[in-house]
Amino acid sequence: MITYLAKRILMLIPLLFGITLITFAVIHLAPGEPVDMQIAMSPKVSAEARQRIREFYGLDKPLHVQYIQWLGRMARLDFGRSFAPDNRPVTDKIAERIPVTLSLNIIALILEFGLAVPIGILAAIRRDTLLDKGITVFVFLGFAVPTFWLALLMMYFFGVKLGWLPISGLHSLGSDRLGPIAWFLDLAKHLILPIGIMTFGSLAGLSRYMRSTMLEVIRQDYITTARAKGLRERTVILRHALRNALLPAITILGFSLPALIGGSVIFETIFAIPGMGQLFYAGVMARDYPLIMGILVIGAFLTLIGNLLADICYSLADPRIRHGRT
Amino acid sequence: MKRRVRALLLLALAALCLVACDGGGKPQQHRSRVQEKPACGDTLVDGTIGEPSNLIPILASDSASSDIAGLVYNGLVKYDKNLNLTGDLAESWQISPDGLTITFHLRRGVKWHDGADFTSRDALYTYRVTIDPKTPTAYAEDFKQIQKAEALDPFTFRVTYGRPFAPALASWGMAMLPAHLLEGKDITKSPLSRNPTGTGPYRFKEWIAGQKVVLEAFPGYFEGRPYINRYVYRIIPDTSTMYMELKAGGLDMMPLTPVQYQRQTGSDEFRARFNKYRYPASNYVYLGYNLRNPLFADKRVRQAITSAINKEEIIQGALLGMGQAAHGPYKPGTWPYNPHVKDFTCNPDRARALLAEAGWKKRNSDGMLAKAGKPFRFTVLTNQGNEQRLKTAQIIQQRLKSIGIDVKIRVLEWSSFITHFIDKRNFEAVLLAWTITPDPDIFDVWHSSKTGPKELNFIGFKNAEVDRLIEEGRNTFDIRKRRECYYRIQEILAEEQPYTFLYVPDALPVVSARFRGIEPAPAGISYNFIRWYVPKAEQVYP
Repeated sequence: MITYLAKRILMLIPLLFGITLITFAVIHLAPGEPVDMQIAMSPKVSAEARQRIREFYGLDKPLHVQYIQWLGRMARLDFGRSFAPDNRPVTDKIAERIPVTLSLNIIALILEFGLAVPIGILAAIRRDTLLDKGITVFVFLGFAVPTFWLALLMMYFFGVKLGWLPISGLHSLGSDRLGPIAWFLDLAKHLILPIGIMTFGSLAGLSRYMRSTMLEVIRQDYITTARAKGLRERTVILRHALRNALLPAITILGFSLPALIGGSVIFETIFAIPGMGQLFYAGVMARDYPLIMGILVIGAFLTLIGNLLADICYSLADPRIRHGRT
Repeated sequence: MKRRVRALLLLALAALCLVACDGGGKPQQHRSRVQEKPACGDTLVDGTIGEPSNLIPILASDSASSDIAGLVYNGLVKYDKNLNLTGDLAESWQISPDGLTITFHLRRGVKWHDGADFTSRDALYTYRVTIDPKTPTAYAEDFKQIQKAEALDPFTFRVTYGRPFAPALASWGMAMLPAHLLEGKDITKSPLSRNPTGTGPYRFKEWIAGQKVVLEAFPGYFEGRPYINRYVYRIIPDTSTMYMELKAGGLDMMPLTPVQYQRQTGSDEFRARFNKYRYPASNYVYLGYNLRNPLFADKRVRQAITSAINKEEIIQGALLGMGQAAHGPYKPGTWPYNPHVKDFTCNPDRARALLAEAGWKKRNSDGMLAKAGKPFRFTVLTNQGNEQRLKTAQIIQQRLKSIGIDVKIRVLEWSSFITHFIDKRNFEAVLLAWTITPDPDIFDVWHSSKTGPKELNFIGFKNAEVDRLIEEGRNTFDIRKRRECYYRIQEILAEEQPYTFLYVPDALPVVSARFRGIEPAPAGISYNFIRWYVPKAEQVYP
């Protein structure tokens, strides 16, 4: 197990290296430069001022030199400074955004799994009943409705018409003067709409997976055996069937790990949530290379770790999967 | 909870207003102006779609940063409500008879927000750091004309130019930076970029990334303490969300789109709660032709295209009437604007005649124009994310088609638009806008020396008389002489039609009705922000 782990972790290094090389190349293929966003088409900027700003960011050097410099800084875990006019360290910019995105996504993920797994099981054991069909319609509705549209409708209904929920942002004005409990309730109220809609939209995938694997599992002989032993239906489903049916859910969980730090641009824009999605989008539009690279490297790293963890979880959930053969 | 109580209150207010209106007979747009006493207190929540980038003004060029900087900093001079230059940190100034030196007499007793005194050392530092080659700023150009800058004593500051330079005075509207906090340090790494110290009416309180910037009234402001205690700048990237926040009471002020202004804000309830304002914005939208392209080399062709375009129809279609036709690069009603210049009114017959003169004849097959077997066809480029421009382009496309010109529209992402098309002069026609600066100097956009790579006269306009007039206009401080120059330039541009000047859109801000003291003027509404107030009884925030 340990050698297997060590091998897998060593393999991550060249992979990561390759990913950075490709992303660096791809970003620079996009036309335009950071300088454009800041000064192009402004009547008061001379060509010389533009050159000055290019030199400041090191954009006058050849591409491979820029890459090697970036890699050198990366090796010292220095993500560099943003090319946006604020010129702040990329790590600062990511650090102030990541807690919001991460906690939102974790809450939504817990809700998604907490709802989708039972829904899937329910649909499987009540197969072809009205309940099953109702669930199917419900989850696909969530999948098919454009979230931004649903979000705007909900904001209008609950925020403007009824005035029950805040429309956007994370805190009310003056929430810093509230006590800790009131502060938390204020935050929770702000999160109901975004998290509710986020979860509603993601139920379909996982619950369908659960339903179909569950259907497969309960047809197996050992379930019949369990029933024949006279076990209660509850025990049969929850102890014998569920464990086996959970395997694909673990794979999905592993894949969800990198998505945890990648927020949705549309979502964050509509709800004015200062998350990673907005940061990344703004970075791309402004050609803020260090910021884009920083976020992509963290994303790539988490994807690789996520896959590794998923593999490890497999072997824990199912001893038949042998490490050596993967 | 508080929100709901407020909603009820507002409803009650709205009901009252309805009753009052019935009694009075005439419905009113603005609530009746009873003379209340200005009171201190309350908060104004403003909305922005973009986050400020850097609160050291010389390092930022986005509008969100300059909105905040405008409240935190002062320049030596500023524009008053009628867009005339007046003293700000400088009490007065003298321009030497030869026009080469400007001597500023600085206001005494002005304090930085940290308590230090403002002196000529700060002005000198601001000048030096702006022209420092190590400072990545876009604003060095005007200051580079200066030959010598001296602080004669703590309250006298003198600058000397190589030759009289009219935009010089306006360039001293640049925000003054605190020398005692910045001198000898790397300005690009200064903490002031996120925690600024200025001399302005509001001092910085906090900036929560991606959410809001909070400013609070500076009691020691030299023009007196502003009435409104706090200014909150909320970052809401989506305009629909912003509009809903406004209606729900989470925002007090935002810019409206023409559709929102005309169609969605007419209810009695809305009019009781908000005041809408409307005045010309400081920019114009134009269709620019690449004059290096043989297609547009003949001015009769450019005149014909302008004649085929109906500006009023564009203003109705794209702006729902919220704008006015442009005939040149200045804002109607300002001193350089020449009201006698009218370019070609919409007249398709004249357009056809002009094109026929220039050799463009109808092809028999489809009625499209052609010359030497080549059809008249070109592409208009415009940038992504601006629906009004796209609509404008489509209306133009339709009009030109009716006189036999085939126009294609291509929408491009900003960065690639600039590098691949504008910078490389690789375009036929573009639909873009320019900001109209209060100083009328248009050297960078229209002078023939500015047609080089990456320079702003990208259409390649060269006219000896315009060159001479631009130089004359910037090398004298005599406003009458300057006006003559700019009047004549507008006549030439109207004849030459290097651009088809399309429209000046209206700015459409909306402000909660509890704010009083707002007086729309040529400069807009925010020039007297420190004199806005909320009567005690209507204050919402503690």
